[in-house]
Amino acid sequence: MLNSQHYTMQFDGEHLLVGKLGHFFVLLSFTASLLATIAYFIASRKTDATEKSSWIRFARINFFIEAVAVLAIFSCIFYICSNHYLEYLYAYKHTSKELEFKYLLACIWEDQGGSFLLWTIWHCVLGIFLIIKSKDWEAPVMTVVSFAQVFLAMMIMGIYLFNIKIGNSPFVLTRDEINGPIFAMPEYLSLIKDGIGLNVLLRNYWMVIHPPILFLGFASTIVPFAFAYAGIQTKRFGEWVKPALPYALFSATVLGVGIMMGAKWAYESLSFGGYWAWDPVENASLVPWLIMIAGLHTMVIYKATTHSLRASYAFVILSFLFILYSTFLTRTGILGDTSVHAFTEAGKAMNVLILTFVGVFAVLSLALFFINLKKIPADQREETTDSREFWMFIGSLIFFLSAMFIIAKTSVPVFNEVFGTHWAPPEDIEFGYNKVLILIVVIIGILTAVTQYLKYKNTSSSYFLKKLITPTVIALIVTISLFIFYPITYTKQGSGFLIAIYIALFATIYSFIANAGYIWSGLNGNVKAAGGSVAHLGFALMLVGMLISSSNKKIISEDKFKNFIIPMGIDPLTKQADDPLENLNLIRQVPTAMGPYSVTYMGDSNANEAGRHYYHLLFERKDSATNELKESFVVNPDVYLMKNNNMSSNPDTKHYLTHDVFTYISYTLDPDKNKDTAQFKIKEVSVGDTLFYSKGFMVINSVEKNPQQNKFNIVPNGAMLMAHITITGPDSMKYASTPVIMVDSFGINQVDDTVYAQNLFLKFAGVSNNGKIKIGVKESDKMIDFVTVKAYVFPYINLVWIGLVIMAIGLIMSIIKRAKLSPVLSAFVLTIIAIALFYMFLFAH
Amino acid sequence: MKRTHIVLLVVIAMAIGALTMVSADFSTYDTINSAREKQGKFVHIIASVDKTIPFDYDPAKNPNYLGFSVIDSLGGETKVVYHNTKPTDLEKSDRVVLKGRMQGDVFECSEILLKCPSKYKDDKKQLEKTIPNT
Repeated sequence: MLNSQHYTMQFDGEHLLVGKLGHFFVLLSFTASLLATIAYFIASRKTDATEKSSWIRFARINFFIEAVAVLAIFSCIFYICSNHYLEYLYAYKHTSKELEFKYLLACIWEDQGGSFLLWTIWHCVLGIFLIIKSKDWEAPVMTVVSFAQVFLAMMIMGIYLFNIKIGNSPFVLTRDEINGPIFAMPEYLSLIKDGIGLNVLLRNYWMVIHPPILFLGFASTIVPFAFAYAGIQTKRFGEWVKPALPYALFSATVLGVGIMMGAKWAYESLSFGGYWAWDPVENASLVPWLIMIAGLHTMVIYKATTHSLRASYAFVILSFLFILYSTFLTRTGILGDTSVHAFTEAGKAMNVLILTFVGVFAVLSLALFFINLKKIPADQREETTDSREFWMFIGSLIFFLSAMFIIAKTSVPVFNEVFGTHWAPPEDIEFGYNKVLILIVVIIGILTAVTQYLKYKNTSSSYFLKKLITPTVIALIVTISLFIFYPITYTKQGSGFLIAIYIALFATIYSFIANAGYIWSGLNGNVKAAGGSVAHLGFALMLVGMLISSSNKKIISEDKFKNFIIPMGIDPLTKQADDPLENLNLIRQVPTAMGPYSVTYMGDSNANEAGRHYYHLLFERKDSATNELKESFVVNPDVYLMKNNNMSSNPDTKHYLTHDVFTYISYTLDPDKNKDTAQFKIKEVSVGDTLFYSKGFMVINSVEKNPQQNKFNIVPNGAMLMAHITITGPDSMKYASTPVIMVDSFGINQVDDTVYAQNLFLKFAGVSNNGKIKIGVKESDKMIDFVTVKAYVFPYINLVWIGLVIMAIGLIMSIIKRAKLSPVLSAFVLTIIAIALFYMFLFAH
Repeated sequence: MKRTHIVLLVVIAMAIGALTMVSADFSTYDTINSAREKQGKFVHIIASVDKTIPFDYDPAKNPNYLGFSVIDSLGGETKVVYHNTKPTDLEKSDRVVLKGRMQGDVFECSEILLKCPSKYKDDKKQLEKTIPNT
């Protein structure tokens, strides 16, 4: 709210310089990137070499200025947030003083502007790399990159032009944006004690590293797109493919890893019980990846055979356009009610700006493509059906179609908006995707298995069959053994879908084995050329992991004591029992059966961070015959109780090589509201006496002096007495209790014992003169201490992560081969990245 | 006819097939009254929680039973039963999207969509509430 009063008023303790500096750099980055765009564009059209190079020099200077300005903007925001300058809305909205320093970056990403900034920073890094590396492609390629920078700078500009607000500045002041009586006081800053802080769901180490990687993936899709533009602009229609291919591979690697980092974050800190939910935000980043994969395959085809050039153009253009489209989907609020974590509407002007960004790039690039379509050379020779390129092209097309299917489904809210319809998502959203994508998996699995055994141009069928017979037989044997020894139990969608899962399992196992075999026999151990096969093998393994872990995911917290009738028990479509009763109560210290485990809620504790509360759950598995303890572990899921009373649940997972046990708190009592006000009643008793309480009775068995062992693990400093009491509850259940009293040089110390199941607290209050002892009995009026939990077992989920890492390694091997990097450097880089990825996805829990 | 043309035709056929699968797969947004007429049919309802009627939720007894009432913008009102734990922000939410079926007079809800708390950060009205008054 702009209030003229503010400009005449002085406020205490504000730090306005850094904001003014930041705003200056925003305007500088906009101006510099605009000049760089114009200069690069003119340079790309000049034929005279000296003129061209002078324009390029001018453009480079501007691009470097822009890069410096962008870094300065980031530094200003970082400075504001790390110093908690709450006079800035950015710091007020996203930071809080109790927040650990490591989450400071996550605070910056949380903001819309911060994530646009991240995107811009990566464009600068990629741009500088391109200036150094792209030689005579520089002018047209950098025209595109700089042009995108102009729009991204506008997103965080926050100035008024002809009464239209362009972008949202990250440097606006809290008092200008929010209404409140305190902003009329000069000392208002002293009244705002702390910022709102980072959303608790984002307080996870994946949230520090996932956004930068994902945005590098987003940013990198512009490079193949820019090369495609350069191909048309310079009329060297086919030559751009070779230099662009390593960038396309890079983009596929980083975007793929970034998406799966998001999946891993969802798995570790969200409580929807999985790593993928077909949420629009997830889909929006998956779709450009699928198209990029299609594009890089057609580029490989073009390099080998001169086929598929037009398709390569189309795919790299669309991959980038869908990055922009997904920005539009997730940031304009158009997804509204369909997505749990889409950003909110950032204001109408912002929506128009984002739509303009998408529109300008879409119209210009598609227009250029279609105008020049006839000029783009197409190989008129027929592709034979026994050639590698034919089936690679089919595979690319399938990838592209699956992307179109996913984005069409995700765009239903856009469709509703445009045509005024009211279509809503189906009842089982995930199945709506899965039933189509399982067919895609079958086709892609088989294609990636067999296509490498085909040669470009044509293949003799005897060679092809001879090479393929072994992998086919092995894959069949493995699938059949799975069916016998580890059957898939996903019957929720009927037997048709179950059969589809088995076929998809066969296809992916087939792909895994055939690619492993191809590295072995087809390439004769030529590791340098194996990138494609390694990537396919990893992708296949990831799909196997996804199929098994999702189909055989088990909810072990099912409520066994269904004491009421559920009217919606039978799904009318599948005629299957649909069981929503997946939450189980655990009463403190009472072991409860859960799947193969006996689970006990041992206790709770507070964490260092304000409002974070841990619950300790002991899982034990005993051999049913011998009663021998086979397995025992503690998980500590936690709940955040925030200032505004919101709760947020963070799961904890016990990781095994073959499966994960995933547990989270689905309901808990508010510990502050559940206070105990009852008092101890002291009773004098002798050994052997019986005491009654409201639910049952207790017997004082004995009083032990200086006991050798006590369950509190106290080392006594002086005299110690322990009473042995047996409590008999209403259901004849017996509980043992041992309250303790100690006398040492510090005085009298009592350790109360609690029988949570009976809400009973016992205190050894003292010894009376007549030889009797004093026992305090308190029956708590607080609710029984319990937590409600939900627990899953995810089998073989590690295959997903291992497969992903192998796929990334394969893609990097391909980059090394295509970009002809030096062997020593590439071996070093590959090793570092491989170790880092393995560590992140498999060991850093 | 060229082989690429055959491929294109197959692809178009598949695309049409996929589209029909998609279109068969939608539910609708309904008002409470129109949902009542579509007994047993899966629908989406956008409504607000009736805060004058207390929630029926006793987790100690049964964590998988939550009963409450909602009113939609046309004034329709219904009792909702949700066989799951109570979403933590339900009392505070202004507007919820309920997915489920009308069974008699009760809406059997299978999923509740709330505005995620982080979303409030960009809502100026919500931000105002976080500023201390004095």
